[in-house]
Amino acid sequence: MRTPTDTRNFWLLLALGVGVTGIGVGAAHLMELHGHVITGMDNQVVWGLPHVFAIFMIVAASGVLNVASIGSVFGQPAYKPRAPLSGLLCLALLAGGLMVLMLDLGRPDRVIVAATHYNFASVFAWNVFLYSGMAAVVVVYLWTMFERRFNIYTQPAGVAALIWRFVLTSGTGSIFGFLVARQAYQSALLAPLFIVLSFAWGLAVFLIVQATMYGWNKQHLDPAVRRRMARLLGLFVAASAYLVAVYHLTNLYFERQADFEAFVLRGGGLYPLLFWLGYGVLGSALPMLLLLHPRLGRERDILAASALVVAGAFAWLYVFIIGGQAFPLEIFPGHQVSSSFADGAIAGYLPSWPELALGIGGLGAAFVLTLVGVRLFDFMPQDDFVVAADKA
Amino acid sequence: MKPEAPTPDEGADSGRRAWLGVAAAGLAGAMLAPGVRLIEVAQAATPGAGADARVRWGMLIDTTKCASGCSDCVTACQTENGLPAPTRSTDVQWIRKVDIKEIKTGRQASLPVMCQHCAEPPCVDVCPTGASFKRADGIVLVDRHTCIGCRYCMMACPYKARSFVHEPVTEQKPEVPRGKGCVEGCTLCVHRIDRGDKTTACAEACSKAGHGAIVFGDLNDATSDIARRVRDLQSRPLRADLKLDPGVRYQGL
Repeated sequence: MRTPTDTRNFWLLLALGVGVTGIGVGAAHLMELHGHVITGMDNQVVWGLPHVFAIFMIVAASGVLNVASIGSVFGQPAYKPRAPLSGLLCLALLAGGLMVLMLDLGRPDRVIVAATHYNFASVFAWNVFLYSGMAAVVVVYLWTMFERRFNIYTQPAGVAALIWRFVLTSGTGSIFGFLVARQAYQSALLAPLFIVLSFAWGLAVFLIVQATMYGWNKQHLDPAVRRRMARLLGLFVAASAYLVAVYHLTNLYFERQADFEAFVLRGGGLYPLLFWLGYGVLGSALPMLLLLHPRLGRERDILAASALVVAGAFAWLYVFIIGGQAFPLEIFPGHQVSSSFADGAIAGYLPSWPELALGIGGLGAAFVLTLVGVRLFDFMPQDDFVVAADKA
Repeated sequence: MKPEAPTPDEGADSGRRAWLGVAAAGLAGAMLAPGVRLIEVAQAATPGAGADARVRWGMLIDTTKCASGCSDCVTACQTENGLPAPTRSTDVQWIRKVDIKEIKTGRQASLPVMCQHCAEPPCVDVCPTGASFKRADGIVLVDRHTCIGCRYCMMACPYKARSFVHEPVTEQKPEVPRGKGCVEGCTLCVHRIDRGDKTTACAEACSKAGHGAIVFGDLNDATSDIARRVRDLQSRPLRADLKLDPGVRYQGL
């Protein structure tokens, strides 16, 4: 039953979400009006904070669908009732991420050009299809779940979504993996790394939303389900940390990459701090402790762990995207280099408020879509109330 | 069968329909005509005026002749293409002077770096809309009408040869169109080449300054100065390991 307080809270949250999104769109408008000169980006760091937000949302959108896949593809009963919410979050995050990506273009008004001119050698062009196709596949998937007559198609639709998701995240990783020119990228490892990162980030977002929805309805998640989901997130965080370690270790093994690794892991100021403290300790080690320690794993531990995983994701992406560009291109190996165009110099980057507002605006858009979706349709995982009530 | 006379209402209806039909046809005509006219204009362009595939434009830069502290090539490029002198990291730089010093030996050199006009350009590979393209004569350009400003080409270029236009553009040259929110770089003075000039602004300025460190020409023409020099003298491209086959080569590195 919806109480008047519920309704008031819904409208308040909606107003907040729309407000945040509106500020983001306004910031993008300013960027279009004045040019990217009002951002912290320049000709050295060409992708800034908006890309950190956009790539987080797009990668998490793919990973959040994992919950649905485990339910409908692999037939795990605890995950099946969560599949619709997982699909909704996927759509919302995808929309938020794409909004940021699109509005950060130099010419966002030319989005029609991007939709009508394709260079099929470009990973970006593949991604235009992968992202729009992903949304279409998930809509069909949700439809088969909600329309009882189509329930028999849920599994095939789930398999399609699973495959599409893998290809999509491989595509996102490959945006960087195919950049042969830069020390930070050019690695085939980035496609699988992004897939595993997506598992962790997506599940963390799912658990935060699920905990909020249960809290709103004054319900408690069945402890058995809670423990399972906590262990799974712990496993995903561990797997991500492993692949991140392999990525850096392979780089360290190649002498030509030594300077770059020394920059992001040791001498690069903010970047090593974000990597070790932000991603390593707060985003990986601490969540694993909270999720996997036998005495922990309580509701608040899982919520804290999920929030930390998301914070760690932002720290990691900041180091990966911005740190990767701040390190100079090695055009003259074995030489000291200087020029008017910052050759051989570490680039400085300070994000400006319009960039931050645009990124947060994307999160706001994802929040609004989730809020409205949950309000209009039946996305609340239902079975647990029965289980929880029985045990009460 | 005797046709029935239209009722007054039907008569009014058919009149309205006829009027709407004429109005719709008029509107469609007004909307389509400029497009049809544009097609005519586009088709009226001289046929066969495209770039010559037998030519490979390129440059040979002799680093032993390039003087440290001289930036005449950079200034000439700015003047030729209507680029403001850069003061900030957001300003565009189509060509820049780079000073290098070998760490082991201490050997120093100064050289200009610009778009290397690769035969296998990574910027063209990654461009989602095909705005980055290579002409048949080897010149790598950005189509200002289809560039969406995603900056992926800047991420992909190993030479940092491209710049993003961060601010509204003023004082453009008619033959070098530019625009805020797009990516741009050295065009190898394509507007000069297409009108039949034999050299670029930077090469011309370098010769005028008495250095003669930049030689421009057709790498495919065995009798050209550049082809002869590339054949007789040792030169190499930057980042040869990437095998991008740049049109710009460096001597004395």
